[in-house]
Amino acid sequence: MKQIKINDVQEKLEQFINKQVYVHVETTNGAYASHFNDKAYNVGAYVRNAAVTFSQAKIVGDGKVFRAGLKMEMGWIYAEGLTDWTIEDDNKLLLAGHDREGRLMVSLQISETPFRY
Amino acid sequence: MEKHVVVIYPHPDDESFGAAGTIAKFREEGVPVTYLCGTLGEMGRNMGTPTFANRETLPEIRKKELIKACEVLDIDLQMLGYRDKTVEYEDRDEVARHLKGLLEEIDPSLVITHYPDHAVHPDHNALGAAAIEAVRLMDEAKRPVVWAQAISRDYEEVLGKPDIINDVRKHFDKKMEAILCHDSQAGGILGQIKNYQQMNSEDRDAVVEQFGKEQFYTWNY
Ligand SMILES: [Zn+2]
Repeated sequence: MKQIKINDVQEKLEQFINKQVYVHVETTNGAYASHFNDKAYNVGAYVRNAAVTFSQAKIVGDGKVFRAGLKMEMGWIYAEGLTDWTIEDDNKLLLAGHDREGRLMVSLQISETPFRY
Repeated sequence: MEKHVVVIYPHPDDESFGAAGTIAKFREEGVPVTYLCGTLGEMGRNMGTPTFANRETLPEIRKKELIKACEVLDIDLQMLGYRDKTVEYEDRDEVARHLKGLLEEIDPSLVITHYPDHAVHPDHNALGAAAIEAVRLMDEAKRPVVWAQAISRDYEEVLGKPDIINDVRKHFDKKMEAILCHDSQAGGILGQIKNYQQMNSEDRDAVVEQFGKEQFYTWNY
């Protein structure tokens, strides 16, 4: 993946507006967080292939770390801590946030075809 | 001598970190070993150092790493097709029946798996429990011995000393070679040990201390 360029990602996001798309959202700090550090908590959430439609999409940030929000008819999807992006096969937009060690902490992915499951 | 050994763990790299030395010892004796690998580690956080994988490319990358590690260890591999971090949400009995079918086909004398509730990662605990249940469902006369591996920090306090303690220092280089096949996971422990051959003797001793022993509990049915 490469560092997020806000204009490029914004343009990409807008291509999905008002289409049925599949969304992958995830946050994680790993299954071993409280094993390596007993003061840490294991937290995470994961949604893969939620079929949604959004009418507005926006990426916002300070040039290094970004947030992206999708406005649906009956709710919202957002993710924060995004640092990198890429287009994967079949026009899938992948956004992710990595820590200093390059480990994935958060991801938001949008595709017109389902993600492999 | 064992007739056939089956290793049942959920992730590509569990076999290398957890049992590569034991596996190498069996292979040296000419014992066939089969790895039933539950998932492709699709949900791993480590994306390589520097990052070269992403959430969508990771499964294929880890699959290749797994195949390579199994080549290094000279063992058969079957991928079970579950999904990383979801094994505990599957129907336990269904997974157990799936494993039982595979075990009846392979007919091993020994099964190596994780010790349920003492293996830290939910997939380890769930697949270990299903494997132990699978063997329990088998004909008593045909049941293989089960070695269960605990990982939790306090397992010795809770479970007592493991009865199987394998000193695998003799197969240490092979074990490291297998571990290092899992290149995308290099961000974690692997990153620190990548250059273990160039380490000073003190650091090297620490790595040998950490990976030179593989311990298991014989499951009591
Ligand atoms: Zn594992």
